[in-house]
Amino acid sequence: MSALLTVNGVSKAFGGLQALSDITLSVNTGEIFGLIGPNGAGKTTLFNTLTGLYTTDRGEIHLDQTRLDNRPPHRVLKAGLARTFQNIRLFAEMTALENVLVGRHARTKSGVIGAVLRLPATRHEEADSHDRAHALLQRVGIAQHANRLAKNLSYGDQRRLEIARALATEPSLLALDEPAAGMNPAERSALRELLLQLQADGLTLLLIEHDVKLVMGLCTRLAVLDYGVKIAEGTPDVVSRDPKVIAAYLGDESI
Amino acid sequence: MLNSSLLRSRWFSFGLLALGLALLPFLIDAGLGRSWVRLLDLALLYVVLALGLNIVVGYAGLLDLGYVAFYALGAYVYAWLASPHFGLHLPFWAILPLGAALAGLFGVLLGAPTLRLRGDYLAIVTLGFGEIIRIFMNNLNAPFNLTNGPQGINLIDPVQFGGASLSQPLSVFGYTFSGAHLTYYFFLVLVMAVIFISMRLENSRIGRAWVAIREDEIAAAATGINTRNLKLLAFAMGATFGGLAGGLFASFQGFISPESFNLMESIMILCMIVLGGMGHIPGVIFGALLLTLLPEALRYTGDWQRSLFGQIYIDPADLRMLLFGIALVAVMLYRPAGLIPSARRRQEFADAKA
Repeated sequence: MSALLTVNGVSKAFGGLQALSDITLSVNTGEIFGLIGPNGAGKTTLFNTLTGLYTTDRGEIHLDQTRLDNRPPHRVLKAGLARTFQNIRLFAEMTALENVLVGRHARTKSGVIGAVLRLPATRHEEADSHDRAHALLQRVGIAQHANRLAKNLSYGDQRRLEIARALATEPSLLALDEPAAGMNPAERSALRELLLQLQADGLTLLLIEHDVKLVMGLCTRLAVLDYGVKIAEGTPDVVSRDPKVIAAYLGDESI
Repeated sequence: MLNSSLLRSRWFSFGLLALGLALLPFLIDAGLGRSWVRLLDLALLYVVLALGLNIVVGYAGLLDLGYVAFYALGAYVYAWLASPHFGLHLPFWAILPLGAALAGLFGVLLGAPTLRLRGDYLAIVTLGFGEIIRIFMNNLNAPFNLTNGPQGINLIDPVQFGGASLSQPLSVFGYTFSGAHLTYYFFLVLVMAVIFISMRLENSRIGRAWVAIREDEIAAAATGINTRNLKLLAFAMGATFGGLAGGLFASFQGFISPESFNLMESIMILCMIVLGGMGHIPGVIFGALLLTLLPEALRYTGDWQRSLFGQIYIDPADLRMLLFGIALVAVMLYRPAGLIPSARRRQEFADAKA
């Protein structure tokens, strides 16, 4: 197994708060890697530094051979790392289809001239983007809502649309920030199926999730963060028996 | 069968629209007089301006209160290169694109420092830029007389095709077209081109990226959009249309001065967009026509008062602005999404109410 994403000694402080201290981990190609930890442990902060929304204070991040730390978000995406957000961030006033089409932006290149003159290359590119977008909506199971505004979709469908938009960017690594939050059990099991399918198709997944059952069943390996420090890493079995992890979640006996 | 009849009806309505637009200046000339044809010309000019600002404000969501700077720049470029001021008299087909391109370049230059700003902050900075350009124009008569200061530049060449000038009547097959009529057709062609470009951009990769930035800039960046470049592109496209309108304005009036390019002008153009329906091309066009023609129509309130009451109670000049203000407030209260909103915005406001 080769490492797709390597995080090496990454630290990030906000003023006096050390949000991430010396985080080192690697995600292998083809696995579903879980990132867990109590609230405020730094999971989303790590996501934001990975995807270029935050700069890092120290450390390096590589995706394959490409260095990602302190690169603007669109560069990170182009390198092959796409993400979803914990508090869904769709383009509310655009239709579901248009949201996915925006995801095609980084993989297409028509400019102003092509758009105005509707050159053959542009027409071809647009048709291709539309085909792919429809296929992705189908894939995540919301094809029937293609022309509805994103904000009018149900919560679960919005989460799925966000995944479709991320997939449209043709990532090699998809980072999902609590994808099951707010979903009912039926939606959760559909999401689980979808993530397993994506893995079967060769996509690598990085997952922040609170639902322990989902994480334990789905992930090949896990890393546990607490107060910005990685306290454990390994298979779900090993991690769930780690005394430090138990202490972080349930409290330390000695206190 | 259905298809061909559909196509026929589409071509039919298109033909009807073209005929209507071709005859419009004659109907207005006969019904309201020559001065209204000139106002119609001016209204078309504002359509170009409003569609330009619509790219920046309506699509990309960047509140720009200094838009008139680009209008001024286009106008001054035209005046410098086609008036006795420098003794240059270059043809319009060379200067109009040059003025538009230069305005576009300034759009990028003025846009660049504002990239990190949003909403109110962006509005204040762009407002400052707009005023800086106007004050420059007002003061650059010394040490080197570039703009002739507050006196402005006079005797600007009209647009000329071969021997025909858009300020002179032209006889074709025994029928005489006035300069205002000729200007109307020339402006109409350019307005059509600007509408066409706007429509094509709206439904493209670029247009979608602009709307995505308007909706959520961080999500747009995380979805692979180079927000810096696309915001600059929006500023550049909007400014280019502004510069084009400026050149047309200079050639149409024959005289420009800094006075024409004040903050009120920027706000009027913004009102056209908001009132008509932000981000929606038919709405923006309607807003531009309405806000150019309505204040003029309200000049006649003196005549109305005399015919209704036999005397004038309120000075028409005061009443005009009062009615205009009331109309603006009423539209925003009762049609907050604009007079002709896009299906999308209509939905947005309906949802907000529910």
